[in-house]
Amino acid sequence: MSHISPVLWQFLVKWLTNFALYPPQASKIAPQFDALYFFMVLVSLIGLTIVILLITSFSIMYRQKAHPVPVQIEGSTMLEATWTIIPLGLFLIMFVWGALIYFRVYTPPANAMNIYVVGKQWMWKAEHPGGQHEINSLHIPTGRAIQLTLISQDVFHSFSIPAFRVKREAIPGRYTTVWFEATTPGTYHLFCTQYCGTDHSHMIGDIVVLTPDDYKRWLATSTSGASLAQNGERLFASLSCTACHNARPDARGPNLANVYGSKLTLANGQSQLADEAFLRDAILNPSQHVTQGFAPIMPTYQGQVSEDGVIALVEYIKQLNSDYRIQQTTNTTSLLPENDGKATPTGQKPAGQGMVNQ
Amino acid sequence: MSTATIVSLPDQSTARIPRMNFMSKEKGLLSWLLTGDHKRIAMLYLVSITFFFFIGGAMAGLIRLELLTPQSDLMATDTYNKVFSMHGIVMIFFFLVPSVPATIGNFLIPIMIGAKDLALPKINLLSWYLYMAAGMLGLYAMATGGVDTGWTFTTPLSTHYLNTNVITTGLAIFIAGFSSIFTGLNFIVTIHKMRCPGMTWFRLPLFVWSNYAASILMVLGTPVLAITLVLVVLERTAGIGVFDPAKGGDPLLFQHLFWFYSHPAVYIMILPGMGVISETVSTFSRKRVFGYTAVAFSSVAIAVFGFFVWAHHMFIMGISNYSMLVFSLLTMLVAVPSAIKIFNWAFTLYKGSITFETPMLYSFGFMGLFTIGGLTGVFLASSGTDIHLTETYFIVAHFHFVMVGGMLMAFLAGVHFWWPKMTGRMYPEKISQLAALVTFIGFNFTFFPQFILGTLGMPRRYATYPPEFQVLNVFSTAGATILGVGYLLPILYLTWSLKYGEIAGDNPWQATGLEWQIQSPPLTENFPAIPIMDHEAYDYEWLEGQKEKVASV
Repeated sequence: MSHISPVLWQFLVKWLTNFALYPPQASKIAPQFDALYFFMVLVSLIGLTIVILLITSFSIMYRQKAHPVPVQIEGSTMLEATWTIIPLGLFLIMFVWGALIYFRVYTPPANAMNIYVVGKQWMWKAEHPGGQHEINSLHIPTGRAIQLTLISQDVFHSFSIPAFRVKREAIPGRYTTVWFEATTPGTYHLFCTQYCGTDHSHMIGDIVVLTPDDYKRWLATSTSGASLAQNGERLFASLSCTACHNARPDARGPNLANVYGSKLTLANGQSQLADEAFLRDAILNPSQHVTQGFAPIMPTYQGQVSEDGVIALVEYIKQLNSDYRIQQTTNTTSLLPENDGKATPTGQKPAGQGMVNQ
Repeated sequence: MSTATIVSLPDQSTARIPRMNFMSKEKGLLSWLLTGDHKRIAMLYLVSITFFFFIGGAMAGLIRLELLTPQSDLMATDTYNKVFSMHGIVMIFFFLVPSVPATIGNFLIPIMIGAKDLALPKINLLSWYLYMAAGMLGLYAMATGGVDTGWTFTTPLSTHYLNTNVITTGLAIFIAGFSSIFTGLNFIVTIHKMRCPGMTWFRLPLFVWSNYAASILMVLGTPVLAITLVLVVLERTAGIGVFDPAKGGDPLLFQHLFWFYSHPAVYIMILPGMGVISETVSTFSRKRVFGYTAVAFSSVAIAVFGFFVWAHHMFIMGISNYSMLVFSLLTMLVAVPSAIKIFNWAFTLYKGSITFETPMLYSFGFMGLFTIGGLTGVFLASSGTDIHLTETYFIVAHFHFVMVGGMLMAFLAGVHFWWPKMTGRMYPEKISQLAALVTFIGFNFTFFPQFILGTLGMPRRYATYPPEFQVLNVFSTAGATILGVGYLLPILYLTWSLKYGEIAGDNPWQATGLEWQIQSPPLTENFPAIPIMDHEAYDYEWLEGQKEKVASV
């Protein structure tokens, strides 16, 4: 091959070796997806081969020269039934198999570690419970179920990790969730796959999967000093939420301790589960979400709090639940290096931070 | 094999194009612009959609050139976004939706059912004017800065975050929608009311059945698109907040409304193409279509089921698991009638007497590529695989296999098949067979690598991409170049044939349809006297009988 210019040769080698045909398998769901995917590829190849064989063999056997006089045939109910029922059966298998995977991808286990992700033109911002936040990258450990709670601050975005075979749209005005468990350390592509304007193709990043030990180190070095809930607590005070939500007997707003996860009765008599979405809506659009027994006096915080701020508030309110606090403590602090006094989401209150109950 | 042919042309030394025909009847531009003749309107449409096809095609060429390298070096990302948006808008609303119905359907449906014209000739002309007004408005929007919403106009991007010509383009599509409603309405009324004596529903050519099914979709679906676009415009100008979560609106509502039209629109585009394939496969294998009723009813089934699958575009948008189940299941069901059609066409060949003229080659291309397009659709209908594959090049490849590999092949099959009827002259056979082959090869080179790209996770609508995707993108761009040649060839030789093509005579293919029993090009009133249908569709024995009758006279 010496007659080929060495530059061109090098270029070709580089080009053809740096060339992917199938994405890496880096999550627990990926092999399950791949099994169904290759089953469907196989069925499709068989189906396509049958069609091509029928067309080519009939074309050769019954070409005009070999078969000058056509034989008129009405049709055949048996054959019609065959090619109705066999494809239908196969499609139904694919439907059930696909739905099983779908349910798995979008039903997070109860003990999953939750990370909030806010999409905005044109970046991804991840908020870890320990207060770490990062842009266009997401650090996660292997062997832990990670749940993402996604929201968009502007237009539709879509959070796609091909190596994990998962994807979820980030939608303005509502939380969506997805979960996965990474299996192989490495750096993988993160794409925004929903067209979102000028720099759509630059809204990309890295999913960095670390071993649990590396992840601990990362958590320790990336801490911002306050947990997400502590940020929320600070915001809660600075927005004067405590003026009403202060747990006094004569308080004008409901006591927020243990609200998260409880069944509320609203002013219009509806029963409502207080999940993240409800808490968010109650902050941004309070007049539609008044709890029974309280006057509709809360002003809206639409436009005053960013989605990041709402997330911090929601996380703070969630953390007022004693059992949730325990769960989050085991989730995050147990992974931190032994109490170095920096990143403790609960318990400690660094000096200078406002208290809820003055 | 290539020498065997069913073509029988009149003696070229004596044959003449009939002096009286729909084209020669009146002369001058006005006689075309004010015509009520469905055949002339079809020709107007044919010229106009070809024009828009080449605009959309040029955009596709620019897209493929940009994607030759991972960086955005040919154009800025904003320009790229405009180019792919206009490619989608032009190709879907100004080419694919009107392609077969407004040209071939317009020309042939009245003749196939033995009528003089469509039921509402003036509405038919109005439909063309609306189409042209819409097209010109679209071009104006393009020339004055373009639009970068994507053809899907996703809110709130289209309503709050873009400064391009969203309203003008939306208005253009709104008007084009009325053109399509009028065409559909006209077909429905005509097929119900204007069939000649003896032309029962089950004697209709399958081309008429599939256009009838598509017309129902046009009439019932398009108004929803019109309403959606009006809401987008109102949201943009007056801020009414139907889709704006900050005002209590719901951005997912837009997705529901948009796909309620745009999924059936896929069937608006493909059904008439399926009709063409039924005609060509029957003619070139000299046999009636295998399982006529199954093929006819599968068109209707596609039209009915097609309305209840729209939310499969929203599986990853947070619709509830239960609605996912319903829409995934219904989508699986809609795949079945397509499979039925493919097998029926394949078995039409069985014990036929097959020749391989250009329309048949395009039809084979359609059957192969549509099978791939349909089967990969099942990957997206299955909710678990949809999560990974949606919004990637897999979906781009899938719908190009259906729309370009399927529909465009069918359109070209139809244009070649009925070209002698429309113009009175044959196209040149050898070079057009070559063009069909070039198109098929170029198509596969262009779009097959995109399935792999999509499985790798390459998102659609990206101006830049990671370098490991480049090899496949280079393949795709190289294929697009071949495909471009495949599309330019017919333009050249079909234009050439208008003057130099051989005189076709009434029935060059020895086909059975009523359109082949009259002169080419037809008279303005189609038939000298109202015909009486006394045989089934695709009755080749009846045709033999007719020939013997003529011979014995």
